[in-house]
Amino acid sequence: MSTTPQSTSTPRKILVLGATSGIAEATCRIWASQGASLFLVARNAEKLAAVAADLKTRGASYVDTAVADLDDTDQHPALLAHAVNSLTGMDIAYLAHGVLGDQLEAERDFNTAAQILHTNFMAPISLLTWLANFCVQRHAGTLAVLSSVAGERGRKSNYVYGSSKAGLSAFLDGLRNRIDREGVTVLTIKPGPTKTAMTAGMPRSEKFADVDSVAESIVSAIDKRRDILYVPFQWQPIMFIIRNIPERIFKKLNL
Amino acid sequence: MQSPFESWGRYPTYGAKLLPLHWQSDFPALTANLHNGALPVGMGRSYGDVCLLKDGNLLVTTAMNRLIDFNPETGLLTAEAGVSLAQILDFAVPRGFFLPVSPGTKYVTLGGAIANDIHGKNHHSAGTFGRHITQFELVRSDGSHMLCSPTENPDFYAATIGGLGLTGVITWATLRLKPIVSRKIDYEGIQFHGIDEFLDLTNQAHDIEYTVSWVDVTSKGGNFARGVFMQGDHSAKKDDLKPSPKPKLIFPFEAPGFALNSLSVSLFNTAFFHKQIHKRAVALQDYEPFFYPLDKVLRWNRMYGKRGLLQFQYVIPWEHAKEGTVAILREVANSGLASFLAVLKAFGDVPSPGMMSFPKPGITLALDFPIKPDKSFPLFQRLADMTLEFGGRLYPAKDAAMTAHQFQSFYPQWEQFARFRDPMLTSSFWERVTPNS
Ligand SMILES: Cc1cc2nc3c(=O)[nH]c(=O)nc-3n(C[C@H](O)[C@H](O)[C@H](O)COP(=O)(O)OP(=O)(O)OC[C@H]3O[C@@H](n4cnc5c(N)ncnc54)[C@H](O)[C@@H]3O)c2cc1C
Repeated sequence: MSTTPQSTSTPRKILVLGATSGIAEATCRIWASQGASLFLVARNAEKLAAVAADLKTRGASYVDTAVADLDDTDQHPALLAHAVNSLTGMDIAYLAHGVLGDQLEAERDFNTAAQILHTNFMAPISLLTWLANFCVQRHAGTLAVLSSVAGERGRKSNYVYGSSKAGLSAFLDGLRNRIDREGVTVLTIKPGPTKTAMTAGMPRSEKFADVDSVAESIVSAIDKRRDILYVPFQWQPIMFIIRNIPERIFKKLNL
Repeated sequence: MQSPFESWGRYPTYGAKLLPLHWQSDFPALTANLHNGALPVGMGRSYGDVCLLKDGNLLVTTAMNRLIDFNPETGLLTAEAGVSLAQILDFAVPRGFFLPVSPGTKYVTLGGAIANDIHGKNHHSAGTFGRHITQFELVRSDGSHMLCSPTENPDFYAATIGGLGLTGVITWATLRLKPIVSRKIDYEGIQFHGIDEFLDLTNQAHDIEYTVSWVDVTSKGGNFARGVFMQGDHSAKKDDLKPSPKPKLIFPFEAPGFALNSLSVSLFNTAFFHKQIHKRAVALQDYEPFFYPLDKVLRWNRMYGKRGLLQFQYVIPWEHAKEGTVAILREVANSGLASFLAVLKAFGDVPSPGMMSFPKPGITLALDFPIKPDKSFPLFQRLADMTLEFGGRLYPAKDAAMTAHQFQSFYPQWEQFARFRDPMLTSSFWERVTPNS
């Protein structure tokens, strides 16, 4: 039903995991307006359908969806095979699922901590293992993964979430080292606080980055085949400083 | 989250809890255990308190902004209610479509535009925004979903268009867009002196789609009610249809109160009048400056300082339109209270489907006033009483001052309307103008 005013000649085939997350949705809108083909995965069927209709209307040349709980790593190989089959290939895999979790609860209860680590670390590793091998076989593809500046240094206010992202970032560094020479790009995306459903209701959230401009930076970093993206870019020098504050001082700060 | 949600006038300011609605299913799910009532809100581009609820819960709809369907054959766009008109234009213009009715800013939501049943420069040819809404979904706090159209639940359709957010949450709506072939507007600006000349120009422009006038309210004597009549049509010459560039300029700070005294406003108005050097000026103009001259400076309301501003907008039916307008303009000029922007327009007779809709045939005038507590409100009261005497009414979207008596006289159908209210929803405006209901 939709017209596509600026469709590119060969639509890119993009797999999106966690498609109903705020940053993913904003990124997909840009791809949709470029006429991309999209395969969207999310947990909630109703939300997924709303996102899919939006992207189709905005000009995506093809949209398919699967409802899945990505915590269930056993399902990953079948899910990914199905997605690649539906898209008839894959140029970009975009991993955007994750949870902020409840830090205070995780301090009391290991199971809560383990759950956060499973969702933000173990599940992406399961997906990336399959996806990396798929891309290496074809010597092509981009794996774009949402990590976080919170992974740059553990802070008392959210070190469980932070350590899950730190682990993920380290894994991506190593993976990039391994497969860059195979023609496969690995992009680690490190957004600072962004206005999304995940951060709604947080104090100061009015000052957070605008999700549309974060999405634009992500699309452009993928197009330029960059390795690491701090977004907004100001986070790069800020995190450099934060990483280099001596621990003896850092532990006294209320961060 | 307790954080400020300001209406455009930045007056009044009330604390409220902000509850963002991200998905259509969030209402009423998120509000199950709420006290103190709730109110759906969009971008807060209403000037006064129709989008405020003191100590209550504001359901912020702007993240609920997905498109649902577009049919390029019919121009029908279905979208979630939190989508902004700016987002709709970015989508529609490159596809050769435009909004059927547009207010003076594109930073309003679809839901907000329906709830105030907004009007534009083409009211005389197109009627209000609500006329172009073929259907929408209304969700009530009891969890019921209602499809509303002229034929399905027509009573709720009529109550919700212009229903000030009180009948339920509009989750999505279908809007009929109109085809264009160019971003450009064939524009003509004409100087006039006095209301008679304004009325002549209005009559001559009957076949022109958009008309609006800016009027200098600071001038007296021979220059009284001078202004510039602006008219335009969508250019019929095929042209590039690209989306608009993003606005960059943000008014960065609050201006000190003295910046906008009557002298500086009068200087501005004189400069504006003479900017148009010739009696007539024609131009091929992009639609952005034609429709949204002020949007280039995001948050320009800060120019009015901390105390904020209010608009005063009336419509007076033809019977008393001219004498009423002259009398009110005199009152304003004599008060010495500055009005930066005064916009004059004739409303046409295309009926609105909305029960509480503001426009009716006659003359409408919108005036901006910086708020000066001891002076502005007595003036507003005088102007509101004059409006009442001339058989007119005021626009709730621009108001924070009318009394309950004035409101109930302007909108005698309010009691019938109140029967469609959702029991959970209320606003500071509603509490103020119907204190005992
Ligand atoms: C510079 C400027 C120029 C303007 N020019 C014009 C003009 O030319 N013509 C005109 O008519 N108006 C004009 N306006 C007023 C503006 O168009 C209206 O106030 C509009 O309704 C604001 O939309 P919003 O999304 O900001 O809604 P808000 O101001 O946030 O809310 C407006 C009303 O809509 C209700 N509402 C919002 N979303 C929903 C929903 N999903 N379901 C149910 N109710 C909802 C709210 O409860 C409230 O009653 C102008 C305003 C500005 C700032």
